[in-house]
Amino acid sequence: MDQLIELAYLAAAVLFILGLKGLTRPKSAVRGNLLGACGMLLAVVVTLMQRGLSFELIGGGVALGAVIGAVFATRVQMTAMPEMVALFNGFGGIASTLVAGVALTQLDTPGKPELIATALSGLIGAVTFTGSLVAWGKLAGVRKLDQIIVPMQHVTNAILLLMCLVMAYGVVNSSEHAVLCYWMLSAVAFVIGVTLVVSIGGADMPVVIALLNSYSGLAAAATGFVLGNTVLIISGSLVGASGLILTQVMCVAMNRSLTNVLFGRMGPKGDGPSADEVYANVKSTTADEVAMLLEVASRVVIVPGYGMAVSQAQHTVSDLRKLLVARQITVDFAIHPVAGRMPGHMNVLLAEADVPYESLREMDEINPTMEQADIAIVLGANDVVNPLARTDPNSPIAGMPIIDVDKARTVVVIKRSLSPGFAGIPNPLFAADNSLMLFADGRQAVQDIIKALNEG
Amino acid sequence: MPILLAETASASTDSFMLLLAIFVLAVFIGIEVIAKIPPTLHTPLMSGSNAISGITLVGAVMASQLDAGFMSKSLAFAAVTLATINVVGGFMVTHRMLGMFRRKD
Repeated sequence: MDQLIELAYLAAAVLFILGLKGLTRPKSAVRGNLLGACGMLLAVVVTLMQRGLSFELIGGGVALGAVIGAVFATRVQMTAMPEMVALFNGFGGIASTLVAGVALTQLDTPGKPELIATALSGLIGAVTFTGSLVAWGKLAGVRKLDQIIVPMQHVTNAILLLMCLVMAYGVVNSSEHAVLCYWMLSAVAFVIGVTLVVSIGGADMPVVIALLNSYSGLAAAATGFVLGNTVLIISGSLVGASGLILTQVMCVAMNRSLTNVLFGRMGPKGDGPSADEVYANVKSTTADEVAMLLEVASRVVIVPGYGMAVSQAQHTVSDLRKLLVARQITVDFAIHPVAGRMPGHMNVLLAEADVPYESLREMDEINPTMEQADIAIVLGANDVVNPLARTDPNSPIAGMPIIDVDKARTVVVIKRSLSPGFAGIPNPLFAADNSLMLFADGRQAVQDIIKALNEG
Repeated sequence: MPILLAETASASTDSFMLLLAIFVLAVFIGIEVIAKIPPTLHTPLMSGSNAISGITLVGAVMASQLDAGFMSKSLAFAAVTLATINVVGGFMVTHRMLGMFRRKD
């Protein structure tokens, strides 16, 4: 029987690997996701063959969880996807912590490796849980979270981590108080999750979400060590690896190290030019004028940012694209890897709005062709199109790869005001000779442009 | 008796080393499989792999034992429920998202 279970676990692990592989290609992604789900079903069903399980308890929990999960998954708006992913991540993390905690009371004579894994499971799972909840809150727009300042952040985190190590020592070496130490360890780890994530700003959220994704996998893998269960270890480490890759992609796209994102402070250094100097020659424009420019253009590049998500402008932008394409104008979307609040955020929103993914271009692909663009429309993006990243080595965003919209013949920036982006620095693009500012809400502005095009 | 203890300890260490080897190799497989992910699929990959991390549901099921005390049962029930939300919600939302990426013509 045990061998049968192990074989089924191996099959499930293979399904997960094939599933993840499928998810890396547009054509096979749907099948990949389904293969993953099949692997999960197989792994859970064969686990039920173990003796001594309470089916009432499992059936009840699965039924309840399935209903809640299904309701979330079918109701959530695509713009709320980052929050949703964060929340699910947190649930996985806390489940690992709970499982390891229960296992600690059920294992007969746990060896040192199992106990160390238990402590790790508690630590990582709990950090994932509260970290994800804070990320969820921040993404859902709970402003109070941004005002929380952790006093002496590095010192506080170091002390908390030290407390965790002491508790972990207790879990491993004190057979009498192991359970107590475990829950105290988890409690401190809950606090660490909050102090780590609460001070990280909105634009760094893609890194945080990817990292928490990785953690939830590592927590599951640690729980696998506790239970001596191979399928948990394999799938947990697959997820851990995939999260790490995404984290790295996001960090490279910002030219910042992971340490800098997690512990560094972003902000103006004081010696840069002031906003008044930079914005002395800003030219503002109207929707009618933009429509006239579009009428004579042959190639248009649209650069979306988080502002597009905030104003829910994706469907209107898609309408504008259709209108322009119908007039034989080429329309491309230039997507910066960290635009939005999670990896791939813009792609999901535009796909939801029926924009074919062939017209979504990556930064490296579109940059060499920016000079051939008649008009670049920047919609709710700021730091990712700031030319200071190329020109000013002292700027906080120096060296960050940007989309070279300034090389387009005309740049139209749709923005509500001249307020700075996340980096807190002025953007000389707004005052460039070939730039026009359209001060308005993103969706309203695009609607006005469409209206003007239809009338003209 | 001391010999017996030593033996169990070494058996436990052996199986731990095996599990550790599986872990390390699986990390490398994960990196190789996912390394060339196009940005369009970043979000679906994340939510899909997030659903897979709900594999801890298997652990939650194993923890749901008949002879467990009330406290353990409550914790196990919570773990089963939360992990199932992660799994079911994760796979379903990924499927929904991928539906939008399909060509509509």
